[in-house]
Amino acid sequence: MKPDSFTQRVVPVLTILILIVAVWYVAAYLMNAPFQRDLDRRGNVTSTAMEFISKTMAQPKPVLPAPHQVAQNLFENTFLRRVTSNRSLVYHAWVTLSSTVAGFTMGTLLGILIAVGIVHVKALDRSLMPWIIASQTIPILAIAPMVIVVLAAVNITGLLPKALISTYLSFFPVAVGMVKGLRSPELIQLDLMRTYNASAAQTFWKLRVPASIPFLFTSMKVAIAASLVGAIVGELPTGAVAGIGSKLLAGAYYSQTIDIWAALIAGSVLAALLVTIVGIVARIVDRSMGGRPA
Amino acid sequence: MSVTPPSVVSARKLGLTFQTGDGPVHALSNVDLEVRKGDFVSFIGPSGCGKTTFLRVIADLEKNTDGEITVNGMTPEEARKSRSYGYVFQAPALYPWRTIEKNVALPLEIMGHSAAERAKRIERTLDLVNLSGFGKKYPWQLSGGMQQRASIARALAFDADLLLMDEPFGALDEIVRDHLNAQLLKLWARTEKTICFVTHSIPEAVYLSTRIVVMSPRPGRVTDVIESTLPKERPLEIRETPEFLEIAHRVREGLRAGHSYEE
Amino acid sequence: MRRLKRNWQPLLASTLTAISAAWLPLTQPGAPVPIQGMTIALLLLAAALNVILTLEDRGHAIRAGVLFIGAHIPAGMLLSGLDGNEGQMSASFFLMITASWLLAWGTVSELAQIEPRSSAARSFLRLLIPAIFGVWILILWEAVTRGAGIPFILLPPPSAIGARIAGSIATLWADVQQTIFKAVLFGYVVGCASGFAVAILADRFAFLRRGLIPIGNMVSALPIIGVAPIMVMWFGFDWQSKAAVVIIMTFFPMLVNTVAGLATAGTMERDLMRSYASDYWQTLIKLRLPAAMPFIFNALKINSTLALIGAIVAEFFGTPIVGMGFRISTEIGRMNVDMVWAEIAVAALIGSVFYGVVALVERATTFWHPSNRGG
Repeated sequence: MKPDSFTQRVVPVLTILILIVAVWYVAAYLMNAPFQRDLDRRGNVTSTAMEFISKTMAQPKPVLPAPHQVAQNLFENTFLRRVTSNRSLVYHAWVTLSSTVAGFTMGTLLGILIAVGIVHVKALDRSLMPWIIASQTIPILAIAPMVIVVLAAVNITGLLPKALISTYLSFFPVAVGMVKGLRSPELIQLDLMRTYNASAAQTFWKLRVPASIPFLFTSMKVAIAASLVGAIVGELPTGAVAGIGSKLLAGAYYSQTIDIWAALIAGSVLAALLVTIVGIVARIVDRSMGGRPA
Repeated sequence: MSVTPPSVVSARKLGLTFQTGDGPVHALSNVDLEVRKGDFVSFIGPSGCGKTTFLRVIADLEKNTDGEITVNGMTPEEARKSRSYGYVFQAPALYPWRTIEKNVALPLEIMGHSAAERAKRIERTLDLVNLSGFGKKYPWQLSGGMQQRASIARALAFDADLLLMDEPFGALDEIVRDHLNAQLLKLWARTEKTICFVTHSIPEAVYLSTRIVVMSPRPGRVTDVIESTLPKERPLEIRETPEFLEIAHRVREGLRAGHSYEE
Repeated sequence: MRRLKRNWQPLLASTLTAISAAWLPLTQPGAPVPIQGMTIALLLLAAALNVILTLEDRGHAIRAGVLFIGAHIPAGMLLSGLDGNEGQMSASFFLMITASWLLAWGTVSELAQIEPRSSAARSFLRLLIPAIFGVWILILWEAVTRGAGIPFILLPPPSAIGARIAGSIATLWADVQQTIFKAVLFGYVVGCASGFAVAILADRFAFLRRGLIPIGNMVSALPIIGVAPIMVMWFGFDWQSKAAVVIIMTFFPMLVNTVAGLATAGTMERDLMRSYASDYWQTLIKLRLPAAMPFIFNALKINSTLALIGAIVAEFFGTPIVGMGFRISTEIGRMNVDMVWAEIAVAALIGSVFYGVVALVERATTFWHPSNRGG
């Protein structure tokens, strides 16, 4: 890494992150202090300022847990528990991850299929495409609880209903991105294929598909993030059985704020990981297709 | 008989070195040049010879690293802040969300002219570039040549005496370019501006200029300054006269001399 | 071959009609209101044959017109035959629905071939084609759910959802007021405005920009909706906590897009401003903000959807006894799926209108952008 890019990139990000943690600590003190003061008054405890501050950071159910409390919870529930334990975050993350990935896979395939149809059938383009675009404006996530409960009513439970929500959320970006990608070859490139008298299938495989790959990966990044959100929201109405979403809901029921924050961060790490993985695959594919390194 | 007109741009031992990852690049070195009031000076040379860089130093869009330069007797920065030149770029760079007249009004708004004053100047400058009646159009509704004329109107609107033009007609086809060259000469005669004009076309340089500055690259420097002997009145046909061809020949020789030790 | 390609929908439709005519009646034996349905079969056959035989070389518009009538009159008759026969329809009924759907597909195919000259006709077609498609989703939905007697809980027919909407206007309106007019609008305005303000700050101070943008980019991929339970704890059950979720969700897209937009003004345009000795604010207002408008509107559009999602999902974590998310989660608990669907239909409508309004304002303000010119 050049020293220049270090001061230009890493230092500002680190500064902002440190600032966020600092603000977080101050906020934790300010938000937890009233309750602690109340507690001290009732217990007739007088404590020095330092003692008081440290007590605001050590409440079992704080209004805002301090970063180190969350970190500790995260560490304990990630590394110190058996992964099969109901309290292990690895277990919950795994449950969410599996339905995310299942839904994402189905959604991506469905999206690609629909995009291919739209690009090749004019009637589909004119009739279906407006609905796909319009449906992006609809808060689809609102139907998540219904899908879960309705499918449970007909004895479909477990991974599939959540995966269906993820499928639904991830197929839109992929379909739209792929339509754009399959249409991205320029007129002269299409004309070139015409001069070879190439068949529609040849034009598709030799021109449209390669041209659409960058678009596919860009929309896959959006899709996998949407997929994860779908899986988490899909876990909300299942009566808090397993998954990051149920962890959030359980935390909310029992005011286990530290648990909520830990689950939130676990979900964020999961999201960052998934997007990064798609990004890495995109880069590998791009390089193997002769893309210029950025 | 006549006194020498006052100096507008004056460069002494001017140099500009860019620091890049592959070591220093000498974009300009040891440039001595005097542009006097009313001159039409063309800068010609292959790419990388520093002709555009020199124009940008005059305009205070780049800073020289060596030597001295004054514009209207001031530093380029002072000159820019007192709005003493109009700049025309390679592309029209008109703002697509503004109509032609609003584009011409842009510098006037920034410089704080009143609405009535703006209207007067818009009318006058659009007339100068033969665009009267197109004021309400948006840039994308006009042809490339008309857009570039609008950008010249924009540079003229605030009455700066110095006009800096960086290959303004480079992107246009030759027929349109001939037409605009003739119009530019007329405009120059009517407004008596001082013009610095960057080009890579020999006929264009010879046809337009009172002086032609030939430059060469690595390091960017002036290799020859040719005084034009053509009369001020120049119909397009002048380009077939022996006098014209003679000057063009000298320019070509100068360019070749700058190139000789390459390869 | 070409003839077959052009007429395959009516051809298949007439084949299906012929088969179903042989299998009449439309109802299963023992249905309360038996229907013969010969007229419908004849109508379908007539329309299909008409197109195949006599209109072979006519224009797309005429063919589309015949197909349209030929598809929709039988479809209407078929649907009206459902009354009293829920779950009692025979295979013949479904074949005829399929046949009329094929004719509708034919209509859309023909309409898609029309390239009208006038822009009014073009935009009419742009609306008509998806409208036919949408109506057919509803027709098939209605026919399948009622004709095959799909359990109401699994998927209620559109007519029942419509009736539910009409019967619960007051409840729906109260929910809309709580969720949309309080939480969504407040959160959207505050979230977008603060994202914009911080973007201007980040533009002014490069250090802030370098620090915030990578973080902002990452945050947009995170499941931010998860902050909902925390916000409910902090700001209580009422709309304020939902507005807080909406603010957090809309802040980052606005920040990232505005900063990206402010960087789009070209170097030549910036040099021009420099040559006028224009100061930071003049350059910002006259050049960089107008150039950033497409990006800002992109964020406004993304946020219009995010705001609705944020408010509705946040209500799953606790609300007073009103609100769209509250209604969805409680009614589903009582298995009143028609009410849930009614709420979703309203949410969809509001989402589209919200988006549409932003898109219209965008068209009016960024008319100069290449993507909006002409057409």
